Amino acid sequence: MSAADWILPGRDVTLKIDRDGLIKRGFMLVIALYLIVALALPLYTMLSKSFVTYGFDLARYEFQVSDETGGNFGPPTTAAALNATLSRFGPDDLRTSSEGRLSVIELFPNFSFRSPVKYRMRALDGASWLVGLDLVKAADWQEYDSNTFRRINLRPSTTVGMQNYTAYFSNPALFRSIENSLFIALVSTVLTVSFAFGFAYAISRSCMRFKGAMKLIAMMPILVPSLLPGIALVYLFGNQGLLKDLLMGHSIYGPLGIVIGSVFFTFPHALIIISTALAIADQRQYEAADALRASRWRIFWTVTIPGARYGLISAAFVTFTLVITDFGLPKVIGGQYSVLAIDIYKQVIGQQNFEMGAVVSVILLIPAVLAFVIDRQVQKKQVSQLSARSVPYEPKPNPGFDVLCLGWCGLVAGFILLMIGTCQLAALVNFWPYDMSLSLKNFAFDKMDGGGWSAYWNSIQLAALTAVIGTVVVFTGAYMVEKLDGSYFARGLFQFLAMLPMAVPGMVLGLAYIFFFNNPVNPLNVIYGTMAILVVSTVTHFYTVGHLTALTALKQIDPEFESVATSMRQPFWRLFGRVTVPICMPAILDIMIYLFVNAMTTVSAVVFIYSSQTALASIAVLNMDDAGDIAPAAAMGMMIFYTNVAARLLHMALSHGLLRRTQAWRVR
Amino acid sequence: MNAMTSPNLSIQPETPPVTDDYLRIENLWKIYGEFAALRDVSLRIGKGEFICFLGPSGCGKTTLLRAIAGLDPQTRGHILQDGRDISNLPASKRDYGIVFQSYALFPNLTVAKNVAFGLENTGRPKAEITKRVAELLELVGLPDKANRYPSQLSGGQQQRIALARSIAINPGLLLLDEPLSALDAKVRVHLRHEIKELQRKLGVTTIMVTHDQEEALSMADRIVVMNHGVIEQIGTPTEIYRHPTTLFVADFIGETNRIASHYKQGAVTLGSLVLNTEVPGLTDGQAVMVAIRPEDILPHSAGHEAVPKPNHLPVTISAQEFLGSSWRMHLRSAELGETPLVANFSMNAVRRLDLSEGSKLTVELPAERVLVFPKGA
Repeated sequence: MSAADWILPGRDVTLKIDRDGLIKRGFMLVIALYLIVALALPLYTMLSKSFVTYGFDLARYEFQVSDETGGNFGPPTTAAALNATLSRFGPDDLRTSSEGRLSVIELFPNFSFRSPVKYRMRALDGASWLVGLDLVKAADWQEYDSNTFRRINLRPSTTVGMQNYTAYFSNPALFRSIENSLFIALVSTVLTVSFAFGFAYAISRSCMRFKGAMKLIAMMPILVPSLLPGIALVYLFGNQGLLKDLLMGHSIYGPLGIVIGSVFFTFPHALIIISTALAIADQRQYEAADALRASRWRIFWTVTIPGARYGLISAAFVTFTLVITDFGLPKVIGGQYSVLAIDIYKQVIGQQNFEMGAVVSVILLIPAVLAFVIDRQVQKKQVSQLSARSVPYEPKPNPGFDVLCLGWCGLVAGFILLMIGTCQLAALVNFWPYDMSLSLKNFAFDKMDGGGWSAYWNSIQLAALTAVIGTVVVFTGAYMVEKLDGSYFARGLFQFLAMLPMAVPGMVLGLAYIFFFNNPVNPLNVIYGTMAILVVSTVTHFYTVGHLTALTALKQIDPEFESVATSMRQPFWRLFGRVTVPICMPAILDIMIYLFVNAMTTVSAVVFIYSSQTALASIAVLNMDDAGDIAPAAAMGMMIFYTNVAARLLHMALSHGLLRRTQAWRVR
Repeated sequence: MNAMTSPNLSIQPETPPVTDDYLRIENLWKIYGEFAALRDVSLRIGKGEFICFLGPSGCGKTTLLRAIAGLDPQTRGHILQDGRDISNLPASKRDYGIVFQSYALFPNLTVAKNVAFGLENTGRPKAEITKRVAELLELVGLPDKANRYPSQLSGGQQQRIALARSIAINPGLLLLDEPLSALDAKVRVHLRHEIKELQRKLGVTTIMVTHDQEEALSMADRIVVMNHGVIEQIGTPTEIYRHPTTLFVADFIGETNRIASHYKQGAVTLGSLVLNTEVPGLTDGQAVMVAIRPEDILPHSAGHEAVPKPNHLPVTISAQEFLGSSWRMHLRSAELGETPLVANFSMNAVRRLDLSEGSKLTVELPAERVLVFPKGA
């Protein structure tokens, strides 16, 4: 309670809760519960699984064998002792997964199921065995005839500890993935941030032509899955690539391809952040620097860079996280080059070793969480540099510089168009590079593995559901955090949960979902393998950006609106519906399109949890590429691109129309 | 400090004492962690009164208002409105209208929709709402702005709409949280008058929070002066101005000269000057602060008496400022040491006595205008 306890006797006054308060608390509870079930609990389950190992603990089983009459049992012997004399199983044979079984008769070389010999066994410390399919857990002797004994299997017992981690770190191949991942992420980050800074600088500080077109092209990579640049690179520089000779013998499969592709797909993300940072420049600072006769070079280092430094740091962390957690690109173009995200995939899909997958996930979480935490700290330091009195920077024409800027932007835009254009072409030709005549045969997805056209329609359904449900959940949640008075603790916890998804790579979330939802004990097990779990996972995976967008919009609303409405004894939902939502409409539409586009392109968040009925377009790209149907994969990738372009156009039209009606008040 | 006997006990309040309490605040505390924003505040407000909470920022005036509104509940204490204990009622169950400094008009709704917001959803027929809205817009003098959006109105107009909206549902209590602070000086003076007129017309009990003493003095029936979470003084504007009970009030309201001194043998002395004052309850040797307002200092031609008359002080003008309607003089005197005395002299007096920088004259500190406070209070 408060300090009033020792200053004043008695209890603090608390207001009675009215219906509004109840409804608000109810809403907050529902959404907090959503985040706990869809995020916190699965992550927790995964974390705990990473410490679990399964093995047959032979020391816990004891046997007695009778003579040929079925009586006169011999002395009790542990299975471990039997194994020791037989040297039947080595330590590696005894390590297993949660589903492992070990037939007991392996320990009895003289066993015959027709013999009248009877067996007694018991298990200590909670170990168990199966008789057929029936689980037995008994510490007192159980007697079986030979025919039954034949059907007995030992079940593994669980050990909690660091074994998985020690196993991971003692495996040099797995350990190398860490180095590889860090290397790729660092190189890509440096390149992407430099390129994006140059691009943003040209846009904001020059008077070059075609700025609008350049910005539009620069945003295109957001609309495609990260697999697509991989496919484009295969067509350009792969074994049959058109420009293969440019590499002078180097292979595109490996770090080179991953880095080029990573720069492609992270470029718009970095560009958005850096552009915002550069756009808040104050003209007067530049005028002051000019008046002091500073050189352009000096102005660049003393005014421009310090003003944009937080943006640069933030962009670097975002890029780093995107690259290190990306799975699609190394899958398509990585060749034999192993990275952490691929390791998770191999462990889970390839070897069905979920516990080891969990270990790699935890390791992948570390850099992602670290980058996230540092970024949040930097963001906090970034006080608004643009006051209401600032004069926005207006570049002056400078022919030489402007041409230089246009050249740079043109180069970047050309690269982006080349990549997308290559995929477009590959999707449309008969047989690259031998028969370049046009055809639509690559779009006959139903003839390929990977889910066919139904995968595409599933994706549309997923994206639409994610956009609608996600926007409602995200915006309502943000509203409750921002406008619910009362418990700081509850709000703080909610805010933490809402920020958490940003730090959790999609594959890690997916794996956590397997652990959590695929457990028959969990009543939510019913959504496993359905569209519902895909929607939940996608909404959760992309929760944070939407949450921050909504918060920013809500913070701009006068906090006294709620007080005024309350004083007029109006319920909060009336204010919410008639004022808050209409005012925030632009932000709400932004959240929607963000969720839609990302649901269309995501691979990592869904790759572990889609089922044959819920195959998705982005997954189809992955699987068709895996099966060698690269051209159809490119075609499906382009379908995603067209859809996202259409969605963007619809969003623009909708914003325009809706804003004209709901935002008439903005016009003075 | 409230326990100090005030020098004006004999003076009758200009309004009759409140008999019919509409709002009673009893022993209110508000504590944030280790900080007490309100300390044992008690107050009674009569029906139809216009009350101003006045004080510097951080004095607790807004905290008190928000506690009354149920927006930030008090930590301890009771609030009774119209005989009903509302201490722990949520804001939605209380009966008040509120206007904020930011106006808090809903930007996406027209003026008419803003005003109608509290009327809709209450079972009133549409025609009645339309009529009432028109009536309210007429009342605040903006009948032709019904279909405008708030951003199309000036600040003063927006505040009038906010006022119309707050009284739409006929609240028993009107709360105004620094309603004029965001406006230009001219508009502010004009609106002051209008709000006061409106309040008188409606007879609604009103509490206004302000840090602007001029606003409080010109609008309030009674002023509640607050500082550091306690009420320093409650009184009519003239009481507060003429007879401040504490040095803080004397200092905060209007301007005051402050001269440190001692109370000795039944009198307060300034150097060799003996001041006749009406201060009961001081003990011999007590340190005191003498306060007098600049406009209360009376100029006389330089005297030549060997023994100065009581309350008369020989001074020299060390600097002068022209204020338009009067002159402000900085006066120095051997009796006062380094502290200059600031006085406002009328144009007439300055002409009559032919005063300018360097002139010598005698000023009178009238006994009934000199305030004496125990030091450290």
